[in-house]
Amino acid sequence: MPSLRTLKLGVQLVRQFHPSTKQLATFTFSASKADPSFGETTKMNLCQAVNNAMDIALKSDPSACLFGEDVAFGGVFRCSVGLQKKYVTLNFFVSLGKDRVFNTPLCEQGIAGFGIGLAVAGATAIAEVQFADYIFPAFDQIVNEAAKYRYRSGGLFDCGKLTVRATWGAVGHGGLYHSQSPEGYFAHTPGLKIVIPRGPIQAKGLLLSCIRDDDPCLFFEPKMLYRTAVEEVPIGDYQLELSKAEAIRDGKDVTLVGWGTQLHILMEAAEIANEQFGASCEVIDLKTVLPWDVDTVAESVTKTGHLLVSHEAPVTCGFAAEIGTTIQERCFLNLEAPIMRVCGWDTPFPHVYEPFYLPTKWRVVDAIKKLSNF
Amino acid sequence: MLSRLSRLGLPTYAAIAHASLAPIVTHYSTAETDSFRVHEFSEKYFHHRKNFVSCAQRIFSGMLSRLSRLGLPTYAAIAHASLAPIVTHYSTAETDSFRVHEFSEKYFHHRKAQFTEKMTLIDPLHAPTIPIYRVTDSTGKFVDPSQDPNFDKEFAIDVYRKMSVLEQMDKILYDAQRQGRISFYMTNFGEEASHIGSAAALQDDDLIYAQYREAGVLLWRGFSLHDFINQCYGNAKDIGFMLEKIWCFKNDDTWKELSVAAGKGKQMPVHYGSLEHHFVAISSPLATQIPQANDDTWKELSLAAGKGKQMPVHYVENGRIVVVYFGEGAASEGDAHAALNFASTLRCPVIFFCRNNGYAISTPTNEQYGGDGIAGRGPGYGIKTIRVDGNDFFAVYNATKLAREAALQNEPVLIEAMTYRIGHHSTSDDSTAYRSADEVKIWNKKEHPIARFRTYLIDKGWWKEGEEIEWQKNMRKEVLTAFSEAEKVQMLGPHEMFEDVYKTKPLNLIEQQKQLDEHLQHYAEHYPLERFGMMHQKD
Repeated sequence: MPSLRTLKLGVQLVRQFHPSTKQLATFTFSASKADPSFGETTKMNLCQAVNNAMDIALKSDPSACLFGEDVAFGGVFRCSVGLQKKYVTLNFFVSLGKDRVFNTPLCEQGIAGFGIGLAVAGATAIAEVQFADYIFPAFDQIVNEAAKYRYRSGGLFDCGKLTVRATWGAVGHGGLYHSQSPEGYFAHTPGLKIVIPRGPIQAKGLLLSCIRDDDPCLFFEPKMLYRTAVEEVPIGDYQLELSKAEAIRDGKDVTLVGWGTQLHILMEAAEIANEQFGASCEVIDLKTVLPWDVDTVAESVTKTGHLLVSHEAPVTCGFAAEIGTTIQERCFLNLEAPIMRVCGWDTPFPHVYEPFYLPTKWRVVDAIKKLSNF
Repeated sequence: MLSRLSRLGLPTYAAIAHASLAPIVTHYSTAETDSFRVHEFSEKYFHHRKNFVSCAQRIFSGMLSRLSRLGLPTYAAIAHASLAPIVTHYSTAETDSFRVHEFSEKYFHHRKAQFTEKMTLIDPLHAPTIPIYRVTDSTGKFVDPSQDPNFDKEFAIDVYRKMSVLEQMDKILYDAQRQGRISFYMTNFGEEASHIGSAAALQDDDLIYAQYREAGVLLWRGFSLHDFINQCYGNAKDIGFMLEKIWCFKNDDTWKELSVAAGKGKQMPVHYGSLEHHFVAISSPLATQIPQANDDTWKELSLAAGKGKQMPVHYVENGRIVVVYFGEGAASEGDAHAALNFASTLRCPVIFFCRNNGYAISTPTNEQYGGDGIAGRGPGYGIKTIRVDGNDFFAVYNATKLAREAALQNEPVLIEAMTYRIGHHSTSDDSTAYRSADEVKIWNKKEHPIARFRTYLIDKGWWKEGEEIEWQKNMRKEVLTAFSEAEKVQMLGPHEMFEDVYKTKPLNLIEQQKQLDEHLQHYAEHYPLERFGMMHQKD
């Protein structure tokens, strides 16, 4: 049982890193509708959707394990609430009852290494890194080990059943180490899959796909959305295809590409641009950063002739650079203006300056205007 | 002090320490034959902490007094002295009972907590050094006959042959690298007994995670000379048969067909791996394998049940354990700390096998750690620990057997095998740049694990000096044949480079493979295509 102190600490952390609506004055969540074929739905926020996905994964796969720092009592973001109690396997170790959902020592490289070991043995490993900012101690295990396991052993061994979940992105006041978006670092690593959802419906379907995928996946959960994003989420077991982008708003003048929280900024900016100067923007949720869906983006840019990519991470060597270069190669004759990047500045993520650091909807609107007038 | 404490009837720190140290100091040796090792280990590995070679597993009370009668600075006596300062005063006051109880239960997990009013820094230099368990002395004679595992002739000869085949293969492949026929090699000289000794004490389907200097483990399990050499060449017969096809493996012929069909050649030489032999593919980054070995789900990833599905849950009673090998240098990595701590708190059925051979490339142990070797760390993590003479096949064998039993009860064990890296670190290293040739020579001559085992065989009458020459000749011939066969095998086509990055090839890789094909159509003469097989399209 977690001590009272741990519980209190957890609740404090939740309060601290769950933004209130007041702090989100610059941000409106655009809810999506689930595919009706997935059946009955119920209201869930992103936390609950992640919890529900893991519940289904643990239920449908007796080898699945969930572990990390403080996951046993429900996690500091409450994503694993109730799961330890629900999944206790009856065996000689029952006295501890921790064999499916359990705490690990506070050590990210250990968490990743342990998860790889489980996956090598054929079990489904769902590892949690408390903040994506703290995934770097595990960088070696993820980049040198997890990503290369299948390749280096000629397919003899793999850790495809590993999924590393981490909370990700800006949260209003997270400062340097509770705000980072490190997908760019990992996108340079063949062998990994990197997935980032924009809301509860996507989170559940994509997380289940990651958990069941045959390659190691990094699943980044935008913590800004944990409680603020509420959607009608199908209650059943469903998956959403990886490496598949989705146009969530149709348009004919400019293509806007993003992922995670930034999608909602792009949606708002598209609306404003339409109202203010009649620009019709197509908004694409990339969803999978690696391997990414070049075709969907290229098809859109072929139609619109303009591309804007936006992410919270710093601009230099951010993933927008990769998208920009690839689309420039693929759509050179269709491009009517230079590709624009609206990203975080090349600074560490600051505390009180966050409103000026982020690629806000006004910076996006301004970029759309410049693109339209080029 | 001890008697006074026991009069008080309290389970004091010193009394407990006394009891727990007793079993490992029952016997110790001052024989002339051991003087080289005792001196070397004390100086080189424990930085002048005094060390004793001991025979473990005996409980003996009243030992202290006997030892002091002998007037020897024994392990227990030193331990006793070093603990004395912190147990001079202790408290049993009613007012302390809450804290003593809480600390014991909540912080030390039922290890007994004590107070002391004596302010003392624990000085590691005065703490006892964990003794080195050995079974035979340098001449191959049993010190304590009760520790003889009583091998039969067939088994003992098999052990000897495997150790010497490993040595012979090393010699030939080392020379091959020197002649530029393979790109890289690492020998196992001097560490043969720790490989074969530990492997022989395991079940053949216990999962192995290795560092790179553990070829003997694979050899013991039947990985063939051809397999080793094909991997070093990276040719089309390099390790590998597809995971999905394992289930249909019924007889030897089918397997061979699959094996040939899926060579890879992607890693540097000596990065072996074999699913059939339950040996996870080696990778270069040091210590990364150690936390990975903390999995206890390993069960049916075997040939029969295969398919990578239907895996059981955590803590399965599957009768198998995991063994992870690493050097004393790798033990300095953060991953080693992660692994020991995870194994302890999550109760993983794993044996941590550390090969302490005195050097990490050029770095001697006094620049690697300041404590009592690697074994000295085990108890700090709450892990059962033993230090063994790594050049003594029997000691390694016995200790690994004992450790395996503990691991089966979800009790991780740390084994530190004291040995010496007789060879260079690798073919890219000339070790005379940082250690004297004399030092190497003396270990090679005085303490060679294979020679030591041969003495045992000769004493038993199971091996004759005359047999040795014939055996050496045949073995050499066998290695050379495997070698020349491997040399003739082509590499796979360059398309193989794009395989196995992901389970299914993503669009960008399909595209890049096409780009390479187009390029080679026009510039083929600039590439070594004659050494590679035909382009094969798997998609």
